[in-house]
Amino acid sequence: MAKLNINGTLRDVEVEPDTPLLWVIREQVGLTGTKYGCGIAQCGACSVHINDEVQRSCSIRVGDVQATDRIVTIEGLSPDASHPVQKAWAALDVPQCGYCQSGQIMAAAALLKRTPKPSDKDIDEAMTNICRCGTYQRIRAAVHVAANDTSRT
Amino acid sequence: MRKTIRGKAAKLSRRTFIVGSAAAGGGLALGFSLPPGMRRAVAQTASEGTEVNAWVLVKPDDTCVIRVARSEMGQGTITGLVQLVAEELECDWKKVKAERITPGQNLARKRIWGEMSTGGSRGIRTSEDYVRRGGAVARMLLLQAAAQEWKVPVGELTVADGVVTHGPSGRSLSYGKLAAAAAKLEAPDPKAIKLKDPKDWKIAGKAMKRIDTADKLDGSKIYGIDIKLPGMLCAAIKDCPVFGGKVTSYDEAKIAARPGVRKVVKVKDTAVAVVADTWWRAKTALDALPIVWDEGLNASVSSASIAEQLKEGLGASVTNGDRKNGDALKAIETAAKKVEAVYGTPFLAHATMEPMNATVRLSADKAEVWVPTQNAEASLAALSESSGVPLANCEAYRPDLGGGFGRRGGTQDYVHQAVAIAKEFPGVPIKLIWSREEDQAHDFFRPISQCRLTAGLDASGNLIGLHARVCGQSINATLNPAGIVNGKDRRQLQGLWEEPGDAQLGYTVPNLLIEYVMRNSHVPVGPWRGVNTNQNSVYMECFMDEVARAAGKDPLDFRRALMGGHPKHLAVLNAAAEKGDWGKPLPPGVHRGIAQFMGYGSYSAAVAEVSVSDRGQLKVHRTVLALDCGHAVNPDQIAAQVEGSVAYGLTATLYGECRVRDGRMVDLNFDTYPIMRLAEMPKVETVIVPSGDFWGGVGEPTISVVAPAVLNAIHAATGKPVRQLPLKNVRLV
Repeated sequence: MAKLNINGTLRDVEVEPDTPLLWVIREQVGLTGTKYGCGIAQCGACSVHINDEVQRSCSIRVGDVQATDRIVTIEGLSPDASHPVQKAWAALDVPQCGYCQSGQIMAAAALLKRTPKPSDKDIDEAMTNICRCGTYQRIRAAVHVAANDTSRT
Repeated sequence: MRKTIRGKAAKLSRRTFIVGSAAAGGGLALGFSLPPGMRRAVAQTASEGTEVNAWVLVKPDDTCVIRVARSEMGQGTITGLVQLVAEELECDWKKVKAERITPGQNLARKRIWGEMSTGGSRGIRTSEDYVRRGGAVARMLLLQAAAQEWKVPVGELTVADGVVTHGPSGRSLSYGKLAAAAAKLEAPDPKAIKLKDPKDWKIAGKAMKRIDTADKLDGSKIYGIDIKLPGMLCAAIKDCPVFGGKVTSYDEAKIAARPGVRKVVKVKDTAVAVVADTWWRAKTALDALPIVWDEGLNASVSSASIAEQLKEGLGASVTNGDRKNGDALKAIETAAKKVEAVYGTPFLAHATMEPMNATVRLSADKAEVWVPTQNAEASLAALSESSGVPLANCEAYRPDLGGGFGRRGGTQDYVHQAVAIAKEFPGVPIKLIWSREEDQAHDFFRPISQCRLTAGLDASGNLIGLHARVCGQSINATLNPAGIVNGKDRRQLQGLWEEPGDAQLGYTVPNLLIEYVMRNSHVPVGPWRGVNTNQNSVYMECFMDEVARAAGKDPLDFRRALMGGHPKHLAVLNAAAEKGDWGKPLPPGVHRGIAQFMGYGSYSAAVAEVSVSDRGQLKVHRTVLALDCGHAVNPDQIAAQVEGSVAYGLTATLYGECRVRDGRMVDLNFDTYPIMRLAEMPKVETVIVPSGDFWGGVGEPTISVVAPAVLNAIHAATGKPVRQLPLKNVRLV
């Protein structure tokens, strides 16, 4: 039994405490925008925010998450895909297959929260998620677009 | 991949005839409601509209729903195909939606939507004609309906953005108002229609935004791995780690008490699956399940033993296919200067971000599968074959893929597995998901090969003789033995062929001998984005640089001298050289490399700029890629594919290697099978060189020039050729 605050809603889940947060989000909570890619914190497809920090949820035991921890998944990033990162991703047609993009968007949103005007080096260091379609060039450009959008509003 | 897929399609069409005959006359009654489990996956509810013809359905609000038969795996085929139909339809682009048809629907209507298989960069180039005609027929029917309504000649009507206007009387009607009447008319013969001249295109040929992006931004897109069905159970699977091995025994009692576990199922003598209420419970129970394997004789095979096999083949007396002109061996023997090198490339995994999965439900008289597939008809055939349910009572629903790259084509091994498990649970949907480790252990790998090349130069440094011998595994031997005719397997020489049109070598050499020697291991191989062009381009294009150096010539000039008979190859090479500033000064420490190759009916070339630090650290700064794919349906999506091809090609160049030890694959996750990240991504500049007189592929061709351009730049930087990939194993200085 665990109590989780996901996207602002407190939920009770019946699950073994050593279950990775990723699988609790996907299977018990039923939010499937957060993806499984490797299970060993390498690819970042499972990225979520915990207390505004980006985390790889495949490698966090649900038993280690407190009810007071604020978990945000891709579904909770904005009510209508209006986050500057989501808008920039749409404007530049970043996604190809799209499977990794939930994680990419969550990583970019966390970066901009921490560093509103990131340099290319900041982007290199923060955006370490794997994209097998190879959308990296557009991801970099879209992070800059989102940063400019954020600074205007 | 072509032969395998054609083989499957031919098999399917024979059955189609029977199914189609039985269903004749009832075609239009088919519903297009969304399959369960995917309600959020696709935004349209087409059943509300009127089907004007097979390709176009119009809703009362003028929305045009355009049917797509090919699979979307990120390559943008849905947007491109819809652009082509919409161009001829003359509809309002802002009111266009796409709908994915199912193979069951296609079968029931005598394959009215043609081939569904999506590989070999064929999605657009082999269906452009009939999809454009589909759009044109729908437009003509809608115009005819307006002419009848107003009792005026069709010739007096004009159409734009889905509104038909009769100029003389000033009347107009939108498609939404005309669709019902249009659907009752007899369609004109599509083949008799004159299609638009591409010069007049307004929607096709333009950099339209993708029409399938929105649900990739908010987590709402449903991939196969996300399917949820009432009462569904989940399965995790472990196939014998040594290919060809079998299950001896397992101790189900050890895990029976674990939470959520329902059953352990032996799958086809070689694999064990655990079924539980959630996948994580199934997966962890499987990890805890003691399994005894009979690994068989293959357990002694290793990367080293396979390398020995290939080395032997490089000197073997019998070959499995060749092309030749003149007498290369003699010309080289008597040449003023001789150059020789042996190159090699390893097995590679596809590593789609979404691991293999399939959800199957077997009911009393029906079989269904939800599966990310590049060949939905092969999925349907696999479902029918494994379940024993007649094809007419099977259906395959196809969520878009989280990556394909050739892994999700004809084999459908995961569908066969999911059916075997679902047989133990009648009426219960079973979602089988492979772990990343299983995905890496049981891929159909890019074939391993080595290539020995020798060249002869005359006293003036002209290439007078070239001999290349590729020795390695055959995709046909694994997937399509019928493709090997009289022991000859030309597929492994893709890109080195003499015949024009698809994957032709761009050089004319007076004495040329290119050979293939087949040496197969027990490791299964298959098509991998770009298939054999990637390996053969490394061999040919890196060696071409070695020979140019031996001749004391500039690599670009040396190539140009051999390309007079191949103007399209040459034009693309020149375009890359020009945009890539070939011959112009570079910052200190930065060096250029160049390469060209052909595949999938398209011509590619690349210039790469790299630096190698004193400690051997490589940085790829900039790449310029030129592509002639004939007609360019969406320049921005072509650029996206080119950008992606650089990442895919560079990952293979830098890191890609699947090692074999004790008969099994060693590199089972991204810790030891690294994928290139954003920080390593060079700037990519795309030059589209549209000659406009043919239709070539886009998804694959440019990968082939990435590795050789980078390797040739490294050669320029260090003075040493790199002949064995990946670079992670190579000390550059």
